[in-house]
Amino acid sequence: MTNRRDFIRITTLGAGALAIGGGLIGAARVFSKPAQGAALKVDLTRTSTYCEICFWKCAGWVYKNADGTIWKIVGNEEDQHCNGRFCPRGTGGVGMYYDEDRLKTPLIRVKERGQQVFREASWDEAFEYIASRMKTISNRYGPESMALFTHGSGSSYFSSLLKAFGSANSAEPSYAQCRGPRDEAFMWTFGEEVYSPEVTDIRDTKCLVLIGSHIGENMHNGQVQEMSDAIDKGATIITVDPRFSTAASKSKFWLPIKPSTDMALLLAWMHEIVFNENYDKKYVEQYCSGFEQLKAHVREFTPEWAYGITTLAPDMIRKTAKEMADASPAVIVHPGRHVTWYGDDTQRIRAVAILNALLGSWGRRGGFYRPSKKTVPGYPVPEFKPASKTWQDLFPGTYSVASGVVSNVLIDASIPDNKPAYPIKGWIVNGTNLINTIPDQANTLKAIQNLDLMVAIDTMPMEITGWADVILPECTYLERFDILRVSPHRKPALALRAPASDPLYDSKPGYWIARELSKKLGLAAYFPVGNQEDLLDWQLKQFGSSLEEMKRLGVKTYEREADDLYFAPDEMTSFATDSGKIELYSAALEQMGFDPLPKYTPHEEPPEGFYRLIYGRAPMHTFSRTANNPNLTDLMDENSVWINPKVAKAWGLSNDQYIWLQNQDGIVSEFSIKVRITERIRWDSVYMVHGFGHARKQMKRCFGRGVSDTQLITRVMTDPLMGGTGMRGNFVTFLTEKTVAS
Amino acid sequence: MRYAMAVDTKKCVGCSDCVVACQTENNVPIGYCREWVTEVTDGTYPQLEMEIRSERCNHCENAPCVRCCPTGASHIAEGGIVLVTRNKCIGCGACIASCPYDARYPHPDGYVDKCTFCEHRIKNGQKPACAAVCPTKCIYFGDLDDPNSDVSVVLKKRKVKTLIPEAGTNPQLYFLI
Repeated sequence: MTNRRDFIRITTLGAGALAIGGGLIGAARVFSKPAQGAALKVDLTRTSTYCEICFWKCAGWVYKNADGTIWKIVGNEEDQHCNGRFCPRGTGGVGMYYDEDRLKTPLIRVKERGQQVFREASWDEAFEYIASRMKTISNRYGPESMALFTHGSGSSYFSSLLKAFGSANSAEPSYAQCRGPRDEAFMWTFGEEVYSPEVTDIRDTKCLVLIGSHIGENMHNGQVQEMSDAIDKGATIITVDPRFSTAASKSKFWLPIKPSTDMALLLAWMHEIVFNENYDKKYVEQYCSGFEQLKAHVREFTPEWAYGITTLAPDMIRKTAKEMADASPAVIVHPGRHVTWYGDDTQRIRAVAILNALLGSWGRRGGFYRPSKKTVPGYPVPEFKPASKTWQDLFPGTYSVASGVVSNVLIDASIPDNKPAYPIKGWIVNGTNLINTIPDQANTLKAIQNLDLMVAIDTMPMEITGWADVILPECTYLERFDILRVSPHRKPALALRAPASDPLYDSKPGYWIARELSKKLGLAAYFPVGNQEDLLDWQLKQFGSSLEEMKRLGVKTYEREADDLYFAPDEMTSFATDSGKIELYSAALEQMGFDPLPKYTPHEEPPEGFYRLIYGRAPMHTFSRTANNPNLTDLMDENSVWINPKVAKAWGLSNDQYIWLQNQDGIVSEFSIKVRITERIRWDSVYMVHGFGHARKQMKRCFGRGVSDTQLITRVMTDPLMGGTGMRGNFVTFLTEKTVAS
Repeated sequence: MRYAMAVDTKKCVGCSDCVVACQTENNVPIGYCREWVTEVTDGTYPQLEMEIRSERCNHCENAPCVRCCPTGASHIAEGGIVLVTRNKCIGCGACIASCPYDARYPHPDGYVDKCTFCEHRIKNGQKPACAAVCPTKCIYFGDLDDPNSDVSVVLKKRKVKTLIPEAGTNPQLYFLI
């Protein structure tokens, strides 16, 4: 019998066929099977949505079967984020709705935290419980001792609730655990961030430079589509990665860099471009400040200097610098997205920003475009009283560059031993599985054990919910209205999310949850509209649209107010920096005590017998949140550890063997992981996809499948500028038996 | 009319969107698939090459599955699409054994299932679900008898291969290399 359950077959020439993946789930049959031909019916009742599986928020249509059950989700052709094409996660979004392991009813803890025992509760009882503890915390410590950790659409409702309560401590881990350094670096160089979706003009670029950014494996839909368009048009792709990523395999140049040395390469590229006078002179003269200081700074950083650090041949560094300059200004040195690597991340991305400035790509076709966004009026609510203390008062003088709330600071301030200026005593956690998001799990758990209240709002029984006092089941995005999507793009646009189904079980929309809780807290005035649907209709009617129209269109795209997608020739643009110029040299950073120009700092290397732990994304999963989705688990149901054949030989490891990983601090992975021996990874590193190794049995499909990289990231290299948690400084070794109790 | 498909291996990123879109479009049960992705790596670090292919039934002109089917359930329909008539299929599995591409699977309801080129969609002038969803637009579909169809145009322009040509099946799934 051949194995027809292998969805992905991986073959190494000469080594025979090697099949991996192909999760087989016994029972879960989620679709009602229509009679043959039933799928032919044209369903006129399609419902508009935008996807919540990741932050790209593609707009699409939900179609139903004849019996009213959800059939499929397809992209909306009018949507700039997806152009009618959803990615695998969006297409598989139906699985989030049908997942039988979903949270179904409110739950209240009956034993101490750590013993995960809960009883069912009514919504009213759950709200009473939460409100009474929130009031106690406020009375005893002040309202700012309540914190919110959030990701996705719920952020808007729960951060408003917290703001009304008197706390500005709402953190999105997508800042300090992900893209924060990038946003700050571009802000302190160009006076503007790169937004989401990124304003990279990939479709018209002539040269795309990816530094550890694995587009195609990270399925940031519009970017993947545009990279494919760029390939069609013959653009050069330069990929810098210690791993032969999918993008590397599509690249003209792959630079197999020694991990943690990217800064040296960036400085050498600047050296080449400056000293060969290959920079955009007119652009630099017109828009930039600090060029002479930069020139003096990079004088020493020759390709030969970088070779000794990066292991990249000087000739290769020269060729790629030339390639970029030849494409200028239609060149993108991609800022990346998950960039919290080594603790000097803001400075590394500053180097990326400076390089883009030298190449004149910011504001130019094929470089970075100017986004445009529709402004939607907010429903009038009473004025929010400003919080008397913010996260910045917790540990005064730290992370002065941070413009976002630093999640790890709120966690550290929940631990009394750290002596914060005031304590954090209550958490609401919505749509983010902090256990697998924040490095150093022991620290997170210690913080949780010191709380007076811990509330988790989620659709799935993620690890974090197991530590909560109260668990509130949120319905999925397919069962609710949400705020309008107004993300910036080439043209301003709106997208509507409407429910394709009533909420299953006793789950509820985030808006309803926040509003009901606001009533118990005496803050109902901040949620004056009874439901999200009426609120949307009111908002849309303020500028001549309506809910009815948006239900029909799904996406409404407007024309730009001015023809200014790119800088006009000789445009006198002012930038939102201190000097009004693009700041190659940052006097502002210098004043705050940081390097005004990026410097290379060597990072620790793995000790003998250890390998640097590198993690990344798979195109069919989003972080750990999709790990139990039946459709997506079908595509990939566990991660594997990529090991170079030379290393595998030295250790006597074979393909598909299950091993445990132990890190430099003696932490052993809770579960075992399958070995994948591949030439695609350097000999000094191992690689795995993030988001596996789930430890909650309530998630039946993903429990114990693979290893959680977060569990092994116990050494955190924190960015002194903005508090980002650098996570690439951890090293692992292999255990063929689990000999150490973790 | 001769339907064919071409997959651009230079653009395919192996995301498996084709697999899941096919699954939801055609109600393929969880745990099964009509499509899959193959990744082939060649070389030694750092001199490496990789080819990624989205694969499915090759809709062969000389289809062993049709020849060996004892009931006539497997047949070649208009446009050269290889189909299975569910109520004629006895689930014997001869076709599964005969297919050089391993493109068929036994459906839990007792018949053999496979890619249909989304016959129900192409009848309505739509692309197969995989071609319609692919974020990299690497899947081209159309009529080879029409010189202006997407697939005819791209096959003329690019270097092309088929899989296991030595099996003599004359497959209609092409790969652009």
